[in-house]
Amino acid sequence: MAEPRVMDIKDQPGFRTIAIICLLVLYVPVLILMVFSLNSGSLVTHWEGVTLGWYGTAFLNEEFHAAARNTLIISVTATIVSTICATLAAIGMTRVKPWRGLAAAFMVINLPLMVPEIITAVATLSFFALIAGAFGLNFGIGNLILAHTVFCIPFAYMPIRARLEDMDLTLENAAADLYATPWNAFKRITLPLLVPGIMSGAALAFIVSFDDFTITQLVAGPGQTTLPLYIWNQIRRPMTPEINAISTILLLVSILFVSVSFLIARRRAK
Amino acid sequence: MGIAFENQVAAPQLPSRPGCGDNQTGTHLPKRAGSLNGVIVPEQPGKNAIEVRGVRKVFGTGENQVAALDTVSVSIRENEFFTLLGPSGCGKTTLLRLIAGFDFPTAGEILLHGQDIAPLPPFKRPVNTVFQSYALFPHMTVAQNIGFGLEMLGKPKAEIEARVAQMLKLVKMEALKARRTSQISGGQQQRVALARALAPQPKVLLLDEPLSALDYKLRKEMQIELKRLQHETGITFIFVTHDQEEALTMSDRIAVMSAGKILQVGTPRDIYDRPAERFVADFIGETNFLPGTVLSKQAGVATVKFASNATIAAGYPEGFDPTGEVTLVIRPEHADLVSDPAKGTITGTLSNIVYFGTDTHYHVKLDGGENFIVRHQNSRSSPVTYETGAKVGIQFEEGAARVLKD
Repeated sequence: MAEPRVMDIKDQPGFRTIAIICLLVLYVPVLILMVFSLNSGSLVTHWEGVTLGWYGTAFLNEEFHAAARNTLIISVTATIVSTICATLAAIGMTRVKPWRGLAAAFMVINLPLMVPEIITAVATLSFFALIAGAFGLNFGIGNLILAHTVFCIPFAYMPIRARLEDMDLTLENAAADLYATPWNAFKRITLPLLVPGIMSGAALAFIVSFDDFTITQLVAGPGQTTLPLYIWNQIRRPMTPEINAISTILLLVSILFVSVSFLIARRRAK
Repeated sequence: MGIAFENQVAAPQLPSRPGCGDNQTGTHLPKRAGSLNGVIVPEQPGKNAIEVRGVRKVFGTGENQVAALDTVSVSIRENEFFTLLGPSGCGKTTLLRLIAGFDFPTAGEILLHGQDIAPLPPFKRPVNTVFQSYALFPHMTVAQNIGFGLEMLGKPKAEIEARVAQMLKLVKMEALKARRTSQISGGQQQRVALARALAPQPKVLLLDEPLSALDYKLRKEMQIELKRLQHETGITFIFVTHDQEEALTMSDRIAVMSAGKILQVGTPRDIYDRPAERFVADFIGETNFLPGTVLSKQAGVATVKFASNATIAAGYPEGFDPTGEVTLVIRPEHADLVSDPAKGTITGTLSNIVYFGTDTHYHVKLDGGENFIVRHQNSRSSPVTYETGAKVGIQFEEGAARVLKD
């Protein structure tokens, strides 16, 4: 107790109040949304009683099914492809002799994180319109998968690269010393040790694709409604708590993936 | 690849290893290491495990160029415990990495049993390494780590299992074979790293300061353990260390390195008793340096005059021609105190007495102004006791003094 006290931000006046206000502003709307998904009335603003009925309605809703199917097809494909690309990019940028343009390549890969999403969305839309006009090419849902894959890459790239940079290079030297060819050393040492980074990157990519609205809204053609688009379309009509139920499902899936990503990251830190 | 252990075990028991004589070692190699013409005649053709010929290694480009190794040549014999000794940054680890194949020489050749391996990638060299950080694979068990090299060589499963069992026994780790490497202690990790590197029966085992992470007692244990393993396996060990005591106690021969060059190669006794250069004498053990003037020379022995006009006979390395003002090197234990200053070759005043348990260091301020340390082994019957401030004389054993290149 005799120890001299270190500056502790928690002791500053008002710190607690500001922290609580921030948390309330962040989470109260979400909590209200979730609570009203259990409302037995048909309004999202007037509470009447508790029911799980709106979840039942949602699960029987064909449009919801179609949107969920589209979302899963796009997210899963985009996650797999972008994670593979990101893994290759990360290896190409950490396990090579420094080459001219390495810093530029890093910038290029991460630029999508900084470009306003609406700009990416408009650019992607114009690009697809251009190739559709010039070559008559339209990949259908493939357009969306392509667009999602591209903007998911930097999200998948970050944790994979961090993991590669943390890895002790001596381990790869040791593998080579013990007669492992570069491919065997990668397969038996680098890749197994990289798995937590890849999982974490894939979870991030999935969540980003799963939640995406702006780019999807512009690029999606008829019959390519995803869950975020479906919710957007619903709230322009008189809203029922069914939309709260669907939003809650979306939210729970997101939380699940973020938690998985976090847990993997924490385990690798041990 | 590899010679069966059973055949090799007999090798270290040969009465004497050809070419291990002090003369050949102490005199030829240092000159060779320094020579720039690159012409090297192996003294024992076919008997060298590793021959390093005129190897240079330059890091960086342009103005940032640093020569980590400056035209180094050295031969390491089969079944030898060979140590690269030097302060950090002297190039010893660079040389080890070149032999392992993690780096490639800028110039020169590295021969393994007569074949140039310098251009080969590490996975094509029958040479294994024990890393300073051990570099055990964290996602594998102890047994999987040890078997990895054999597995990569495509050995049949039964053979791998037998060899792994043999290795576990060799390093006394049978009980922990199913453990993850993160679940064992530092000393145990060290043993696993050794077993993993020995399992593929390399022609040469490289050890990069493998004991530096262990505490003092464990380090002493592992020093003996390493010597035992080297004898039992008959594999050539190349050991890198900055610890001169470790080098002296473990090695058959030592190469002392400084600033990218090999200064001297020889047996521990050679290096300690007949250092070729001032740096070697200074780096290994404690040494007194005294100024003197060469009066005459005959058959490798110079007569050198101290400032006090007393003279002493001093040996000097072959190929060195001492003249005029020189520095004499005298080990503290090769000198003795006498209480009657008249009986000493040189005289001075006792300025400090430091007790070390096994021996005592007497610090003498010489009449000429220099400091000199005399080490005296303590015994139950030490006849004389000295007091600080007393006038004393210092006598020298025959052959105690050497003249060295600065």
